[in-house]
Amino acid sequence: MQLKRIVFFILASAFALLWLIPLIWLIVTTFTEPSYYMSIIPKTPFSLQNIIYILSAAPFGRYYANTIMIVAGIFCVQCITVTLAAFALSVMNFRFEKLVFFLIFVQIIIPNDVLIMPNYSTISSLGLIDTKLAIMIPFYCSAFGILLLRQSFKTIPIALSDASKIDGCNLMQTIWKVYVPCAKPAYVSFGLVSISYHWNNYLWPVIVTNSVNNRPLTVGLAIFAKSKEAVMQWSNVCAATFIIIFPLLTAFLFFQKQFINSFVSSGIK
Amino acid sequence: MFMKRSTRNMLAALIVMIASAGMIWAGGDQENSGTAKSSNGEDDVIVLQMFYPVQVGGPLTKLIEKLASDFHSVNPTIVVEPIYTGNYDDTVVKIQTAIQGNTPPDLFLSLATQRFSLVSSDSIIPLDDLIAMDGGDEYINDFLPGFMEDSFVDGKIWSIPFQRSTQIIYYNKDAFKEAGLDPETPPKNWDELVAYSQKLVKKDAAGNVIRWGVGLAQQSGSAQWQFGGFCLENSKNGENLMSDDGKKVFFNTPENIEALQFQIDLQQKYEVMPKGIVQWTDLPGAFIEGKYGIIYHTTGNLANISKNATFDFGTGFMPGNKRYGAPTGGGNFYITKGISRERQEAAWKFIRFATSPERLAQWNIDTGYVAPRASSFETSIMKNYYGELPQAEVAKEQLKYAKPELTTYDSARIWRIFNDNYQAAIIGDLTAKEALDKAQAEASQVLKRFQ
Amino acid sequence: MAVFSVYSFPKKDQLVKNRALTSQQTKKRKQSWKRDGIACLLLAPSLIFLTMFTLIPIVKSFYLSLMDLQLGMKKPVFIGLDNYTYLFSDPLFWKVMGNTVLFSLLTVIPSMVLGLALALLLNMRHKLTGLFRVSFFSPVVMPMIAVASIWMFIYMPDAGLLDQLLKSFGLPGQIFLQRSDTVLPALSVVYNWKEAGFLMIFFLSGLQNISTEMYEAARIDGARKFTIFWKLTFPLLMPTTIFVSTIALTDSFKLVDHIAMMTEGMPNNSSTTLLYFIYQNGFTYFNQGIASTLTVILLIIMLIAASLQFFTADSRIHYN
Repeated sequence: MQLKRIVFFILASAFALLWLIPLIWLIVTTFTEPSYYMSIIPKTPFSLQNIIYILSAAPFGRYYANTIMIVAGIFCVQCITVTLAAFALSVMNFRFEKLVFFLIFVQIIIPNDVLIMPNYSTISSLGLIDTKLAIMIPFYCSAFGILLLRQSFKTIPIALSDASKIDGCNLMQTIWKVYVPCAKPAYVSFGLVSISYHWNNYLWPVIVTNSVNNRPLTVGLAIFAKSKEAVMQWSNVCAATFIIIFPLLTAFLFFQKQFINSFVSSGIK
Repeated sequence: MFMKRSTRNMLAALIVMIASAGMIWAGGDQENSGTAKSSNGEDDVIVLQMFYPVQVGGPLTKLIEKLASDFHSVNPTIVVEPIYTGNYDDTVVKIQTAIQGNTPPDLFLSLATQRFSLVSSDSIIPLDDLIAMDGGDEYINDFLPGFMEDSFVDGKIWSIPFQRSTQIIYYNKDAFKEAGLDPETPPKNWDELVAYSQKLVKKDAAGNVIRWGVGLAQQSGSAQWQFGGFCLENSKNGENLMSDDGKKVFFNTPENIEALQFQIDLQQKYEVMPKGIVQWTDLPGAFIEGKYGIIYHTTGNLANISKNATFDFGTGFMPGNKRYGAPTGGGNFYITKGISRERQEAAWKFIRFATSPERLAQWNIDTGYVAPRASSFETSIMKNYYGELPQAEVAKEQLKYAKPELTTYDSARIWRIFNDNYQAAIIGDLTAKEALDKAQAEASQVLKRFQ
Repeated sequence: MAVFSVYSFPKKDQLVKNRALTSQQTKKRKQSWKRDGIACLLLAPSLIFLTMFTLIPIVKSFYLSLMDLQLGMKKPVFIGLDNYTYLFSDPLFWKVMGNTVLFSLLTVIPSMVLGLALALLLNMRHKLTGLFRVSFFSPVVMPMIAVASIWMFIYMPDAGLLDQLLKSFGLPGQIFLQRSDTVLPALSVVYNWKEAGFLMIFFLSGLQNISTEMYEAARIDGARKFTIFWKLTFPLLMPTTIFVSTIALTDSFKLVDHIAMMTEGMPNNSSTTLLYFIYQNGFTYFNQGIASTLTVILLIIMLIAASLQFFTADSRIHYN
C-alpha cells in the first residue's frame, strides 16, 4: 500500500516536471547565449545579452506602462459599475429585474471577444481607434462580475443594511460601508480574474491599436516575434516572453495560496 | 431627494473624474497630434506620422530613425515620427485599419503590390502634381524601370520606390568545395540546381540529413514571391502571374503547373529540400548554420548574412529555365489621402530626402535592399561597396530580368488564395494542377467585381 | 452548488405585482416607483456599456450580414441572404466549421479530464502539493501569445525542442504544424497545456465543497477508492462539471491567439477556426458583410451550446 502510494507520487511528480518543461526551457534559453539547437540542458554559457538586447530592440517599458494603465483602468471602472449593478440586482426588488437579468446574461453566453467586428466599427465611429480607451471601454460592464458580486451581496443579512439606515446612512453610504467590505473576497476573486484576463488579452487590442503608445505587452510580443529582426530569433523572443510573464508569474509564485484560494472561494461564497 | 446632496456631489465628482481621466488617456494617446511647438519656440512644427515595416534581419529600426532625425536637422520645421508596425503583412493590415478608423498615418511604407487595393479604397493620393512641383521627369526617369513599373495605376503615379528588393540565391562556397563543385559558379538553370543540390545534401552516420541542398520559402507571404520568379522563368513569353492592370490572374497555365511540380519534386522526388512548408524566417539562420547549401532569399538580407556567415558565401541569379526571371519586391512610399496640402508637401519633402541617390545608396549598403535609382550606382559609396562586397552586384545585374510580384486588386485576398492552394499542393493535399486550377477559379471569382 | 446558482433566475414572487390599491398601497406604489428609479440609476452605467458593446453589436451583426460591404465600398448594399448562400456553398466555410468542431472536441474533453485529474491530485494535500500547484497553474497566468511563442519554438522542425527530444531517441523529426492532419492536434496540446490548470481550479473548488463527512461515511462502509470516486464524488461534482464545460466550450470558441501566432490558419486553412476566420475576413480582407455573417453564425452556435448546457443542468443537478 505504501509502495503503491510512493510509486504514484513519483509518477505524478514526473508528470508535473514534464508539464513544466516549456517554462524551464524558456528560462534556460533566455539566459544563455543563442545557439541553433534548442535544448533544455544549457549548452552555451550563461548570458544576459538576450535581455539587454530586447530592452533596446523594442519599447517594452512603454508596453508595460500601457498594459498596467489599461488593466488598472478597466478594473477600477468595473468595480464601480459592477458594485452598483450587483447591489440593484441583489438587494432591491424592482420592476424590470428579470429583463435586466436576462440582458446581463446575454454577455455570459456571448462574450465581447466574439463581437470584434461590430465593436470595431462602433469604436471607429466614436473616433477612438488607436487609444487605450478603445481597449478598455467594451469591458466596462462585466456580467461575470455582476453575477459574482450579486451572489456575495445576497449573503449579507438585511439586518446590517437596516442598521446602517437607522444610523442615518443613505444609499451610497450603505453600499460603501456595509456591502463592499463584506464582499471583499469576491472583489479579490473578481480582480484576479479580470486582471489576468485583460493582461493576457491579444485579439481585441491588436485590432484597435496601431501605435507604440497604446500597445499592450501581448501585442508588442506578437509583433516582435513575427518580425525578422535577428538571425537566431528564438533566444530574443524567449527573452521578450520572459520579461512579459515575469511579473504575473512571480506574483503567483509568492502568493500561490492566495491566488488559488481566491479562485476557489469565488465559487464557495 | 433620495440622496443627500453631499453624496450626490461625490458621485457626480467621481463620474466626472473618471470621464476626464478617460478623455485624457484617450486624447493624449492619439498620435495625430498634428503640430507642436518646436524646441526654440518659433513657428509651429509639423509632426508627420509614418508607418513602416521591417521584413529582414538587421537594425532597420535604428536606420529609419536616423533617417528621420537627419531629415529634421535639415528641415527643422518638420518632424517625421516613424512607427514600427511589424512585418509587411502586419503593416498592410495596420494601415488599412488605421485608414478605416480615420486615424491614418500621414505617409507610410508599404508593399508596392498594395497600390491597386489602396487606390480602390481611396486611401492614397496620386503624386503627379507633387512630382511636377519638385522633382519632375528627371527625378522619375532616374528610377529603374523594373521598380518604377509598379507605381502606376491608370497612368498616374501613386508611390515612390524606396526599399526594393529582388530574390537571389545565396550559396555556401565552402560547402560547394566540399561537394566537389566549383565555388565560383552557382547553378544557372533548373537542371543544374537539382544536380548541385543533390551533391550538396549531406547525411550523418544514422542517415539523417544534416545539410540540405536548397531552401525555398513556402509560407504565406513568401510563396507567391518566389513563385513569381519561377513563373517568369518558365512561361511561354515571359508572362507574369497577373495582368499589368491588376484585374486578371494567370495561375493555372501549363507552364506554371510545371513550375509548381518542379518545386514539389525538389522535396519529394529529388529530396534536396526538407518536406513540409519551409519557413522564410528560418532560412537565413539555417543557412548561416550550414544547414543549407543554397537558399533563395531576398537581397535585403545581404548585410545580415555577410556579417554573420562564418564561411565564404556567394550570390547568384535565380536559376532560370527558359530564361532568367526574378520577382521584385519591397516597399514604396505612399502619401495618405485626406491630410492637408501643407502636410502632403512636408511628406513629399521627406520622400525626396530619403530617395536622394546618395541616401538610397547608403540604404542599399546598410541593408542589402537594392537602390531603385540608376544614379545611386554611380556614387562613390556604391562603387566602394561593390569593391568590398562583390556579391552585392548580382542583385543589380539581375534587375533586367526582374518583374513585379503578384499584384492585383484585393491583394490580401488574392495572395491568400494563391498561398493556401500552393501549400495544399506542397503538402500533398492536392496535385499541382488541382491546386492551381482551384486558385485560378477562386481568384477570378474575387476579381470579378473589378472587371 | 453555490457557483452554479450564480446563474439561477430570481423567483417570481420577488417581483412586484399589480393589484387594486389602498392608500397604504398607493404609498407603497410611490415608494416602488422611487425604488425602480434608483435601481435604474444604479444599473445605468453597466447597462449603457452592455448595450453599446454587447447588445447593439449583436443586432448590428445581423443587420450587416444582410449587406455587401467590402474594401473600397463607401456604403453597404442590401443583398438579402446572399452572404449566407455564398458561405454555405463555399467549401472553405465548411472546412472552417469542421476545424472549429474538431478543435473544440480536442480541447474541451481533454482539458476537463486533465483538470479534474489535477484537481484530485491537488486535493490530496501531500508535501508535493506545492510543486503540483506551481507546475499546473503557471501556464494559466501566462498570456496565450507567450505560450504560443514558446510552443512555436518547441515544434520548430530540426532545431526545436521536440525534434531534439525525438532525435535523442533515434526517432525522425516532425513537422506537426505544417501538416493538415496534425496541425489541429498539435495546437490543441498547446491549448490544453494552458487551459487544464485553469479548469483544475474550478474542480478544486467543487471538490472542497463536498463535505468530508460523506467521505468518512463511505470509508467506514468500506468502499474502495474507485467506488468512492465514481458513486460519490463524480455525481456531486456534476454542477461543477457542467459549469466547467460551459467555460471550456466558450473559451475554445473565443480564444484564437495561438492560431494568430503559430500558424495563421495554415497549412491551407487547416488550422483556421471560426473566430479566426472572422478576424481574417474582417481585418485582413476587410469584407464586413461576410465577417458579420460569420459572426451571426458563431453567435447562433454559442446560443445553442449554452441552451444545451442548461437543459442538461436542469436534469442533472441534485443536491444533498
